[in-house]
Amino acid sequence: MSESARKDTPEQADFRAYCQQWLAENRPADPPVRLPQSALEIMTNEQLDYLQAWQKAAYDAGLVGCDYPVAVGGGGRTDCQRVANEEMLAARTPFFPNVIGLGMAAPTVFYHAQDALKERLLPRLFSGEDIWCQGFSEPGAGSDLASVQTFAERRGDKWVINGHKVWTSLAHFAEWMIILLRTDRSHKYDGLSYFVVPIRSALGKGVTVRPLIKITGETGFNEVIFEDLEVDDSYRLDELGKGWQVAMTTLLHERGAGELQTPRSGGLKSEATHTISSASLINLAKESQRDGACAAYDPVLRDKMMQMVIREQGLAQNNRRARVQALLDHPMRLPLQYKLLASENAQDIASLALEVAGAGSTLYLNHEGAPDRGQWPMAYMNSYGMTIAAGTSEVQRNILGERVLGMPKSK
Amino acid sequence: MTQPNNFGFTEEATMLKDSARKFFADNFPTEKLHHLVADNPDPERSPGFHWEPELWQQMVELGWTAIAVPEECGGLGMPLVAVAGLVEEVGRAAFPCPLLSTFNTCRVLQNCGGAGQPALEEIAAGTAATLAITSVDGSWNPGHCGVTVRDGALYGTASFVQDAGKVKRFLVSANGDSGLALYWVDADAAGLQIQTDGIVDLTRDQATLHFDGVQGEWLTDAGLAALNLAMPAIWTLLAADIAGAAEWQLQTTVEYVSVRQQFDHPLAFFQAVKHPLVNVMVQIDQTRSLLYNAACAIDCEPEKSLQFAHMAKASASETAALASGRSVQCHGGIGFTWECFIHLYFKRQKHSQVLWGDAAWHRARLAEILIGPAAA
Repeated sequence: MSESARKDTPEQADFRAYCQQWLAENRPADPPVRLPQSALEIMTNEQLDYLQAWQKAAYDAGLVGCDYPVAVGGGGRTDCQRVANEEMLAARTPFFPNVIGLGMAAPTVFYHAQDALKERLLPRLFSGEDIWCQGFSEPGAGSDLASVQTFAERRGDKWVINGHKVWTSLAHFAEWMIILLRTDRSHKYDGLSYFVVPIRSALGKGVTVRPLIKITGETGFNEVIFEDLEVDDSYRLDELGKGWQVAMTTLLHERGAGELQTPRSGGLKSEATHTISSASLINLAKESQRDGACAAYDPVLRDKMMQMVIREQGLAQNNRRARVQALLDHPMRLPLQYKLLASENAQDIASLALEVAGAGSTLYLNHEGAPDRGQWPMAYMNSYGMTIAAGTSEVQRNILGERVLGMPKSK
Repeated sequence: MTQPNNFGFTEEATMLKDSARKFFADNFPTEKLHHLVADNPDPERSPGFHWEPELWQQMVELGWTAIAVPEECGGLGMPLVAVAGLVEEVGRAAFPCPLLSTFNTCRVLQNCGGAGQPALEEIAAGTAATLAITSVDGSWNPGHCGVTVRDGALYGTASFVQDAGKVKRFLVSANGDSGLALYWVDADAAGLQIQTDGIVDLTRDQATLHFDGVQGEWLTDAGLAALNLAMPAIWTLLAADIAGAAEWQLQTTVEYVSVRQQFDHPLAFFQAVKHPLVNVMVQIDQTRSLLYNAACAIDCEPEKSLQFAHMAKASASETAALASGRSVQCHGGIGFTWECFIHLYFKRQKHSQVLWGDAAWHRARLAEILIGPAAA
């Protein structure tokens, strides 16, 4: 019995048994194509079809959206998504393709949309039939998100949108976008409003999606241009001018600090996953040579690898301690550290892996015989996506310094 | 065996930690610490130390020295994570006392079988004790020992003995004919000379013990095993002291940089000041999470206790260094003076950083466990 299983409530225990049985009988076949390192790098329809079919099957079985009410397509359970996630991780199922939908759009829609809209959008979001993307950043609004300029102009009970969003992962497959729009130019924060926008049906009719190519050479994210796109007022979330507060719900969940547990499937063992961990780093060292001896004997590399092991364990133990009220000084102190620590730790592990691989680290995916098939240089480059997206590490440190330690605001 | 999710941190442990924090806040504000220990700045001052034996006596009467003693020896037998919670508060107050040394001694005595029982009963009854197990070269390997047994008496030198001037008993390791032996020695024993070290830290005392035919009570000849088994708890408890002291350093420095103005702004407005202090917080939290994990493993998952305790002390030593460095730097010129209280914690932390092994030492041991020996 796993460590968390022995703490299960009766409901969780029953549900866990159900998940185990279902997963044992319904684990999907191996993918017909090479999968990317995460959902954010899905490039082809073949990759998407395989992953969408898996998410739909998992949703139909009740493993997705477990803690949301039945009325919005959820399972109506209490703290059971965690259980499903643990069992899917243990079963090494493929990841879900609709990550932005599940992690950011779903909690935002759930907390801020009218009931009718929730009931319409959430079931197809959970099932993965509708892929979602997020329209926050703009060419002129990165870390200073509240300076977005994409404008929605009111015309009767419609809004007309014009502007330019960037770094929009999955937009090329998305039916829907959560979007932060300016509705009033005279107030920076109070001039923002939050909408859901159907973009797939508007392609070529006010919406243009263009791929951006990442540092790794992969696509997966895009720029999205709006030209006189008309949307109904019923797609607005919460009140006019409350867009910034709604965006905080999105960001809190994006950074892993929100109330609702994100459905996560993941752990499909393939050449493309499981590279960013200290265990795989140590394996790499054991297989690498340094000056004619095994790299795992090098005292400096050993010391650096142990620093990674300790930080990784520290992160895991932080997550454990975050649920022990008596050992917390401030309720947000650990949750708000999660994104910063996880992203910087992954980056440092990948960076050290390049050092460990030595000359081999020059070899990429297109070279047969590259260490771990060239995944480390790709992981290292992709790691900058994590330390930049969803609030850069610098912004995270401001938030921690101001909200947790109470230091005065920086400009 | 597996660990409970909550680290085994019970309501009782919470109450103990809270009451300790209140005890020090009420009885021992930092002004009082400074007044007590920082009377003589002269680096050439004669070695010595100050403490408040009356307050220590109150702690003994509150039962704090008995919490780590097993129930069958008259103690409370609380889980190690609860003991760590209390030690954190001692660290936060930088309170000069032999509590940590006494806990360390308990952990070793528990591994000495029936012969250790009377000593544990003494501790449960309020006697303070410390370990005299380190050789003059400062090796943290308990197998390196500068004391020898000859005809049942102890000869030689034990170095870097913590809190030596505040305890009644020493637990001494000595090379004997049948291995590393442990003895229970009275501080007033004939032939024992306690030479106080001149140390940087004003909140501790340390001594070199010279043994010239000293008689003690024999505890075991399997001393090396007893010490090795106790070391994870010793590292973990020191990590707790460091975490508590570092939190004081962080909060005190945050308060200062939020008030002190330069360039028309509080210092913390500037990210060059703000971000390093966030890094200190992140580092402290890693240490706290790792040390609770280690403490819980020692009680509930012994097969993992060694590696988890190495992680805790390695992380704690980094925390001690980072929090100390940033606390002085962010205080600017005033932080460089004797009158500013932060030097008391700076010095305590630099002492704790190396005590029972620094970060690199613990990482090297951890690598031996997780990777294997260092050479082919």
